[in-house]
This record gives sequence, C-alpha cells and structure tokens, in this order.
Amino acid sequence: MKALSQKRRHPLAAIALLLMGLLLTGGLYAVATTVNQAKADTTSFSANDAEEGGKLFAANCATCHGMGASGTKDGPSLVGVGAAAVDFQVGTGRMPMQMNGPQAEKKPKQFNDEQTHELSAYVASLGAGPAIPEEHLLDEKGDAANGGELFRVNCAMCHNAAAAGGALTRGKFAPALADVSGKHIYEAMVTGPQNMPVFNDSNVSPEGKRDIVTFLKTIEANGSPGGADLGALGPVAEGLFVWVAGLGVIIAFTIWLTSRTS
Amino acid sequence: MSAASTAEAPFVAKTKVGRFTDFVDERVGGSGILREFGRKVFPDHWSFMFGEVALYSFVILLMSGTFLTFFFDPSMAETHYQGSYTPLYNVEMSVAYSSSLNISFDIRGGLFMRQVHHWAALLFVASLGVHMLRVFFTGAFRKPREMNWVVGGVLLILAMAAGFTGYSLPDDLLSGNGLRIIDGVVKSIPVIGTYTSFFLFGGEFPGTAIIGRLYVLHILLVPALILLMIVIHLFMVVVHKHTQYPGPGRSDGNVVGYPLGPVYAAKAGGFFFIVFGVIALMAAAFTINPIWNYGPYDPSPVSAGTQPDFYIGFVDGALRLMPGVINDFHFEYVVFGYTLTLNVLLPALVPAGIIFTVLFMYPWIERWVTKDNREHHVLDRPRNAPTRTAIGVAGFTWYCVMWAAAGSDLIATAFHVSLNDVTYWLRTLFFLGPVLAFIVTKRVALALQRKDREIALHGRETGRIVRLPHGEFIEVHAPLDEYKRYKLVGFESPAPLPAVPNEHGVVTNKEKRRAALSKWFFEDRVAPATPAELEAAHAHGHHEAIESGEEQKSLSH
Repeated sequence: MKALSQKRRHPLAAIALLLMGLLLTGGLYAVATTVNQAKADTTSFSANDAEEGGKLFAANCATCHGMGASGTKDGPSLVGVGAAAVDFQVGTGRMPMQMNGPQAEKKPKQFNDEQTHELSAYVASLGAGPAIPEEHLLDEKGDAANGGELFRVNCAMCHNAAAAGGALTRGKFAPALADVSGKHIYEAMVTGPQNMPVFNDSNVSPEGKRDIVTFLKTIEANGSPGGADLGALGPVAEGLFVWVAGLGVIIAFTIWLTSRTS
Repeated sequence: MSAASTAEAPFVAKTKVGRFTDFVDERVGGSGILREFGRKVFPDHWSFMFGEVALYSFVILLMSGTFLTFFFDPSMAETHYQGSYTPLYNVEMSVAYSSSLNISFDIRGGLFMRQVHHWAALLFVASLGVHMLRVFFTGAFRKPREMNWVVGGVLLILAMAAGFTGYSLPDDLLSGNGLRIIDGVVKSIPVIGTYTSFFLFGGEFPGTAIIGRLYVLHILLVPALILLMIVIHLFMVVVHKHTQYPGPGRSDGNVVGYPLGPVYAAKAGGFFFIVFGVIALMAAAFTINPIWNYGPYDPSPVSAGTQPDFYIGFVDGALRLMPGVINDFHFEYVVFGYTLTLNVLLPALVPAGIIFTVLFMYPWIERWVTKDNREHHVLDRPRNAPTRTAIGVAGFTWYCVMWAAAGSDLIATAFHVSLNDVTYWLRTLFFLGPVLAFIVTKRVALALQRKDREIALHGRETGRIVRLPHGEFIEVHAPLDEYKRYKLVGFESPAPLPAVPNEHGVVTNKEKRRAALSKWFFEDRVAPATPAELEAAHAHGHHEAIESGEEQKSLSH
C-alpha cells in the first residue's frame, strides 16, 4: 500500500483514476444491460461446436460478413448478435442470402439443425448477445388473451392483427406468421431481423413474449371460425370476393333466367 | 280472382273462397290493381336485373339486421369479455364489442346471420353500382328518367352511409380506425370541423356516445330513407315504364317483353331466392369481417391492412395518394389561428365531390349539349354514344385508381413490388388514367361502329374463299337478315349542333360554349348506314359481279 500512496502524486495518477472509474461504470453498465439477455449464451455449446461453426462460417458466410465475422461493406459485423440471431436467420433459410434485395426472404434452409447449432455456437463465442430461448418460454401455455393485447399494440401495425403480414416501404414487408415456429418468433422479437425493431426483455418481458407466441399459436390452431378466411386480409379481399365471385354468380343466374327468350 | 260483374244481375261467387275474395275486392279494388300491374310489360335482358338484385339484397338486409338487433347492445360501457372465444377472454372492451363477439360465438346462428348481413350489404352496394353503370352506359337516364337517376344517386349515397354506420358498430379495432379517419376528415373542414367533430362524438374522440348514435342512424334513419327512396324509385319505374334495347319492332312508343303476371312474377320471385341462396352460401362458407381478429378498439394500435369496406375505399385511396409534402411545399397552413390541412381536406372531399356532382348533373349536361327534349325509351348501345361511353369509362377509371390505392399495401405484398412504386404509379394514373381511358374508349367505340356499318353494308364474312375462273380469289360475304341488320342500323347518331342565335338574334356566350361542347361530343361520328347506302352497297356488289362477268362473260355470285 505504501508504494501506492507514494505514487499518488504521480503525473499519471489522475488519468489512471479516471480510467479506473470509467472501467467500473462501463463494466457495471454492461453487466446491468445484458442482465436480461444472453445468460445461457454459451452454456449449451461445446468448444467443438464453436470450432466446427467457425469452419462453416469461413466457408459460407465470411464472403460478406468477413473473417471473424467482423463485417465487410456487403454484410454487417456479427460480433454480439448472439446465437438467437443466427438460429433465426439460418434456421429459416434467410441466411445465407440468395441475392441482395429489399430484404432477405425466407427460403428452404441450407444448413441442417446440427450445422445451424454449430454456427450459432461460433457467433455466440465472438461476443455476448441474445441466446436461443429456453424451452419453457416456448411451451405455448401462456395467456393468449394477454398475448393478443401485446400483439395488437406492438406487432399488428406491420404484421396485421390476424398475423397475415403487411407491406413496408420500398418492397420490404412484414411476413405472415402462420407456420413460423414459436422459437423463431421469439428469436425475431429479441434480435429484430431485417427491418423489425428489437423487443428486448425490458420492452416485452420473457413471459409477455411467451404469451405472444401462445396467442399466435392459438389463433393458428383455431383456424377461421367463420369459414374460408380469404387470406385474412380484411375488407379488400372481401370486396374483391363479392365483386368477382358474388356478382359473377349472380350475373350467371341473370343470364340463365333471361336466356329462354330473346 | 277477376271480379266480373254484369249490369243485369249482381255477381255472386259460387264458392266460399270466391265470396270472400269478392268481398275484399269490392272494398280494396285489388283486381283493378292486379290487372294494371299484371299487364305491365318488362323487357327481358340480364343487364336489367341488377336493380332487382339490390332490392332483394336490401330485403335480406332488413331481415338479417332485425335478427342482429335482438342481440346487439350499442353501449360503450366497459366490460371484461367472458364469452367462449379464448384469445379475448377477460380482455377489457366495450359492451358493443362484447355483444358482437357473443353474436359471433355464443348466439345460435349468430355468426351466420352476421355474415349474411355483411355479405348482403356488400352485394347491395355492388349491385347498386353495376345497375347505375348499366343505366349510364345505355343512356337510360335521358328524359323522362332524369329525376329517377338522381333518386338512384341518392340511394347510392344512402347505401354508403348505411354501410359505414353499420361496420362501425362492432367497436373493434378495424372499425375504430375507420371512425378515427372520418374524425380526422371532419376536423380538417375549416372553422366548423372541430366543432362538428365534438358535436358528433359528444366530446373528444372516441368518447362514449358515438356507437349509440351510429346505431340509431343505422337501424332507424338511414334504412327509412332508403325505403322511401326505393318506393319513389319504383313508382317512377312504373310511371315511366321500362326501357328496352333497340331491336326490330321496338320503339319509344312501346315496350316489348313479357307481362309481370305470371311470367315475371314467377321469375322475380324465384330470383329473390337465388340471390338469397347466393348470399347464404357466401355467408356459410366465407368469413367476412372477422371482428375477433381485430380485438377491441384502442386508439393506439393500427393494424396493417386496415381498409374500409369497398364502397368507402375510393375516399381512403385518395387520402393514401395525397403527398404530405412535395419537396419543400407543404399543404398545411395556419390561418387566423385555425389549422388548414389541405392534405386531408383535398383528397377526402374533392374527388368524391367531383364524382357525385358530375353524376347528379350528367343528364342535364347532356340534355343541354344535345338540346334533345324528346322522350327516350329505347336504349343506346354503348358504342353508339362514343363520347358518353368514353366519359363514363374515364370517370370509372378515375374511381378505380382511387379504389385500387386503398389496397396499395396489399397490391405491394401480393405482387412483390415496392409500395412506394405502387403509390407513384397510382398518382400518375390518377391524372393520366381518365384521359387515356377516354381516348381509348372513344376509339374502340368508333371502331366498333365502323365494324357494324361495314357488316350492315357488305354482310358477314363467311370464311368461304371462292376462286373465280380467271384466277381471282374472293371471300363470299353473306348478307345479314333484316332483323340482325336492324340492330346495326337502327340508332341515332347526332351531328354537332352549331350555335344558334336566341330570340333577340344574339348568339350568347353560353350558346357558344354549348356549341363547342356539342362539337366535342359529336364531331367524331360514324353515321348508321342509310337505306340509300344499303341499296347502293347491294347494287355495288351486283355491279362488281357484272363487271367481272363482263370480263369473263360467265360470272355472278
């Protein structure tokens, strides 16, 4: 301690103190803000997974995302995006991207579950980020009514109240959510893929996300109580239907009714 | 049912039923009415039946609507939904929405009736629209039917009002969004807008009064007015008699067709059940306005794909097409402390105002231009009035551009194109579409007229190629029979009417404008083949044959 007290008037002491203070607050902030995500980040990944993932990454992703996922002008850095982002993007076939366009579209996935797992492990090893959600959040046994309210307030403006999807600017769109797995819905919320905003755990709690997934799966399972849903697109589809099918059939009948005479 | 009474002995019916019928008839004169109506003749054509479809849809609306009123509660009091639709269980909502959900899920047959009511409403407005298009394009609005055309236009507006007040009732998110837009439009009206909005909603939007008020309008005032207009409309149809398409033996002085009784009574009665059947089938198999998807109204969320029902669509589309700012030019001003938002006011009220003004005035415009004061009971084929047809198609195109704009987001997602591009194209078409439609339609109509004239003069191409002995190939033309030819030559083709001086010998400016319009209307015209021309054409045909015969000394055809 004596050495320390002797050096307290050293010209660099103030700088050292400032540095220590910054490190402390920064470190505390980092811990505080990541406290609601990424806890289980690398626990389920082995070192081998990350290593295999690294090879897959170098062969398939590095062209755009750069070696070490540090990003190039064609693709962003993936340091800190977390396993959830990889699992979503690769697991739904959006990555690797087929071509540049308004947004990466869902397509048949290119990697099997194990490879996706390895890629996730690799990206997760680069920096802390949202983890793949735990099983109990995806059990679809939450409160569907609460999930519906959260969905209408947070999601319906892009994805439509019945989750049938909707248009965004310049060719981008929010996809329909039927047939999307609960895991991918959850991952999309925590990572905000494409143009989607991030709904982190302080925006919508993990239980709230579980309710949203429950709601979406409930309305999907319910089907359409009133008959064919015409795409669940609302009055435009209904208007088109009445003009084409409704009036079409009526006109066929009018022609039939007046065809016997002339 | 006929009450035949002779002067000698008072008529006494032989059977009990006969005596009873006679008793009633002597007091209400039913047989006279029946004789008069039963002999009314209606011409037969499929395009004459859309008004009937609208009428039947309205009857179905009254019946299904009555059922719905038994269970709907137009209260905006707060409640927690306790019905059987789990994704909304215990969600806070208005009693109106809760009772609409109960109709859908907990009242036996309720969902079916709701869907019957809504599909019938869409069919009602759609068939009204098609009926008006038919009347316009065939010139059926001409004297003596101008006023009935106006009644029809009023019916269209009332139908839109009935629809709007109706689909706002369930108090779901979609209908609330629609009301919010109307609130915005009302507020954009200078000076009186905000006051009107407060008056309408009983305070700040949404308040707790609007659903009850709309309900009263929807079930009481608007249907009563529609019924009144229907009665006036049908009364005038009886007075004017029905129009008919041109044909041999048909003139402005007669109506060729079948009498109401028994043929038309049976057909119309049967047709009611056909319309009912089609609506019931749609209601049973296709969902409409799935209010449970939208959730209770809450002013904060707006769902993607929020659109009004199709008949309000053109107003919504116009709002979507209006730019907020163009470069640095904006459309919002503060005048004497009042905000004037032209980017809401202009698109919401101007296109609809133009469409309905022209629609209501058109019979008088055309009457003024043509100076035609005669009665017309024989319709025009649309091609035989090229300018009118072109005006109609131009107007309809303009409407359709705005209509399509209401679905711009769905066009973008369905066809994988950029929403911005859809908007830019539709903005262009908003100005160019009607012009292009006018030019193309007029040219098509004139071309069809020329084709008709050609066929009338030279007959139908048979496709039979004959080689003449000297080697020439000709296609044999079969002359038309008289009935078919009549349809092609029996129409009027007015020529432009030049300006004429009035009784003081002055050509007024108004008259000059009329003459200019008349020129614009009728300068491009294909006159029907006259008897002389027909004669000449036939003679020419023979002449040709004789000529070739002279050369070859053996031919005729």
